[in-house]
Amino acid sequence: MKSYILKLPAVEIINRIKGQEISAEEYMIKLFERIEREERKIHAFITLTKDSALSQARIIDRKIKKNEKLGRLCGIGIAVKDNICTDGVRTTCGSRILENFIPPYDATVIERIKSEDGIVIGKTNMDEFAMGSTTEYSYFGPTFNPWDRERVPGGSSGGSAAAIASHEAGLALGADTGGSIRCPSSFCSTVGLKGTYGLVSRYGLISYGNSLEQIGPITKDVKDCALLFSCISGHDSKDSTSLPYPAKDYTKALVDDVKGLKIGVVKEFFGEGTDEVVVKYVWNSIKKLESLGASYDELSLKFLEYALPTYYIIAMSEASSNLARYDGLRYGLRVPNKSYDWNTIFSKNRKLGFGLEVKRRIILGTYALSAGYFQAYYLKAQKIRTLIRREFDQIFKNHDVLICPTMPILPFKLGEKIKDPLEMYMCDIDTVPANLTGMPAISIPCGFYHNLPIGLQIIAQIYREDLLFRVAYTFEQN
Amino acid sequence: MIKEDLVKIGLEVHCQLTKLKSKLFCSCSADYRGKEPNTNICPVCFGIPGALPVLNEKALKYALMVALALNAKVSERTLFYRKNYFYPDMPKNFQISQYDKAGGIPLAVGGRLIINGNKIINIRRIHLEEDTGKLSYEGTIESSNVTYIDYNRAGIALMEIVTEPDMNSPKEARLFLQKLSSILEHLGVCDPSLEGAVRCDANISFGGGKRVEIKNISSFKEVERALRFEITRQRSLVSKGIDVKSETRHWDDVRRVTFSLRLKEEEGDYRYFPEPDLVPIEISNEMIQQVLSEMPELPEARKKRFINQYDLSSQTAEVLTSRKILADLFEESVRFYPNPREISNWLASDLLAYLSDTNKEIESLNITPKHFAELAHLIDNGLINRNIAKSIFIEMVTTGKMPSEIVEERGLKKISDQHYISEIVDKVFKENEKAVKDALVNEKAVNYLMGCVMKNSSGRIDPNIVLQIIKQRLNQIKEGD
Ligand SMILES: [Zn+2]
Repeated sequence: MKSYILKLPAVEIINRIKGQEISAEEYMIKLFERIEREERKIHAFITLTKDSALSQARIIDRKIKKNEKLGRLCGIGIAVKDNICTDGVRTTCGSRILENFIPPYDATVIERIKSEDGIVIGKTNMDEFAMGSTTEYSYFGPTFNPWDRERVPGGSSGGSAAAIASHEAGLALGADTGGSIRCPSSFCSTVGLKGTYGLVSRYGLISYGNSLEQIGPITKDVKDCALLFSCISGHDSKDSTSLPYPAKDYTKALVDDVKGLKIGVVKEFFGEGTDEVVVKYVWNSIKKLESLGASYDELSLKFLEYALPTYYIIAMSEASSNLARYDGLRYGLRVPNKSYDWNTIFSKNRKLGFGLEVKRRIILGTYALSAGYFQAYYLKAQKIRTLIRREFDQIFKNHDVLICPTMPILPFKLGEKIKDPLEMYMCDIDTVPANLTGMPAISIPCGFYHNLPIGLQIIAQIYREDLLFRVAYTFEQN
Repeated sequence: MIKEDLVKIGLEVHCQLTKLKSKLFCSCSADYRGKEPNTNICPVCFGIPGALPVLNEKALKYALMVALALNAKVSERTLFYRKNYFYPDMPKNFQISQYDKAGGIPLAVGGRLIINGNKIINIRRIHLEEDTGKLSYEGTIESSNVTYIDYNRAGIALMEIVTEPDMNSPKEARLFLQKLSSILEHLGVCDPSLEGAVRCDANISFGGGKRVEIKNISSFKEVERALRFEITRQRSLVSKGIDVKSETRHWDDVRRVTFSLRLKEEEGDYRYFPEPDLVPIEISNEMIQQVLSEMPELPEARKKRFINQYDLSSQTAEVLTSRKILADLFEESVRFYPNPREISNWLASDLLAYLSDTNKEIESLNITPKHFAELAHLIDNGLINRNIAKSIFIEMVTTGKMPSEIVEERGLKKISDQHYISEIVDKVFKENEKAVKDALVNEKAVNYLMGCVMKNSSGRIDPNIVLQIIKQRLNQIKEGD
């Protein structure tokens, strides 16, 4: 009875709960029935919060009965990436070192979700400390792509995207440092948005690359995405890098019309290593938008080829410092040992607590920041970052959006790339420019090839999420 | 032999902005002292994952006040940097600080402070950073099996003031710190008398020789001691023909020695880079003007005013303005009883001598301006003599009792009862006939009689009246002849 409801877009589910077609509790029970079935196959979650979700649902039902004012996310089940702090609910970052870490506070986005009557149903799987593009680097084991269980769901927010694709959640939160929302959205056929840097508070997001990352929605469709983004964005005084703008209602930007919009097609985004199938699907999408009244032209970005190394140097440098706090003294894994020597204690904790990829990035980042290398790596990367930003600014003077693939390749098999870190890093080639420049970028599904999803990436100038929603919505509706 | 003028000393002073309400990057209380360990913490200053720093605007304003008071050049744009090293007193294993290399811009550069009237000590840079937690041991570092960590202090706003190596003696280093402390006090940004509020590292070299750093000097009183020890140590090395090593030494204020303690992490590479969780700070000219307009009177200006307004000597004015609390005490006292000269003497010499003899702080004494006003008033009215005043002063500063109360209790009021004094004079005259005869011809013998009278009254009678009566009696004898 009513089990189809789980497959509806979140906006529809919320309307049905508000309209008392189904109670929030009934919905939540059904959702957890499905989660329990699907999790055996997908492993999207690290931690489930069934009890608190059900009691929240009952509270919301009471509010509905009493005719109280209801939040915009009324009763919907939300899956939260496990690097976003949740008060009293363990937050592992996919790492052994935080296996039993229970934050004493809610991230700002969690506070905002709760104030809109959204319900956190659990914490989703991810690459350890968000370092990876497949979710294979989780200490808790990989997540499987709901479209093909032999394949990866993408990463690092693979759990959140898989939860949406398998209807284990109404909405999901991911976080995107170099593509971690958009990559799994592409691989799982979901909608994923990384907003303008500073629009969504990072307070409570466990840092990997602070100057690059943003929390964002992963959803079933564009409307859901606009709704969730409207609820979580807007200035937060607890985050100094938060932009001084109040939250907007982005659902107003959902206009089915692209007439007159100018699309830029940057040829470097379709460069060597891009699967022909992906190229074809993305071009078909551009042609479709053209048929709907948009125009496009082809361009070249001189510095784009440096984006990937620039991104990795900055992300790893920041990570090497961010992850220094995990020494086992105040929280996190503490290996029993008899030594009283500080160096021995923290080395042992870190040796056992961190996985291989995390260690690799800490070492590379430490190297890039070290005396004698700082100028050649970190400082140079920052300079190139500025040049890339300027080049994009130039393009956006006479283009509304850029369109390109989200991922250069189709979802691949588990274990296929894990042995070659460089090949893995190459997957991020089309997603990192938005992180380096702070520009918003959305990934939306643009078709399947032999049951494998392909994602389309739309990028806009800073603070122009409205254009992303407009183009994405039009594409989705037609 | 090493001559003092060959000595070059530079200081790196860390001052806590103790007058702030909250820490530098979170809303925890800035008043961490005396609290149960690890209770004055929050996700931000305890380094809980996901928590982010937000700059305390008041800390920036206070730091600007200090920079401007030291005539430093304030940067139009300043950045926070991360200083990375592993140490258990740092919750994040990095410290949010500022840097003058690798693209960093400290809050202010340049600046100067004049000590001893004309000696210029140049300031290299001034910046803001967060304080660390505190480690403690059972017994000594070497013997302790356990290290306790208290993070209550972690995140407290700290200003770092780095001087050029312009001081040429340990005494100059102390004078610099005293003057700096007085400025901080006058600005109302720091209470230097609080334990650990002003700490410093020093570097010292001889005649262009190797530079030795001394860390862990926990108060500015210790700085002179530590530097003297270091000079003696290096002098003895040189005399034995041993080279002075360029190294970092720690000051042990219990054993009063410096010792070499190699801390791997401390001497490593700090991998400074811009703090990505904070945004660059733009300091506009308007902001500087605003701070300048709210700037209180500084010690230098106050000293000049004291000289003009109260007719004090330059030296006394200097001493009084070396501590805000002292200068305030002076001005308030004078407001109650306008004898600046008398009051300034008690404060600038007796009080300071008492503090240094007893090793006490002014703050710990239970004294008010009224105490000094009353003391001066009793003296001026001839009610107590100077000797008695000194003993009253000691009791007053020790107990906090008012001078009049002490006089009352001790029955110390000078006896000016003419009848009572006449009786004693008569008695002395009878007992010292020879001296009386001498006194009739010799002025000096009068003093002897005076002494006898004073002795008979245990020194409590007014000597002026005694002299008057003795002279009267002598005149009567002369006339009677
Ligand atoms: Zn705090």
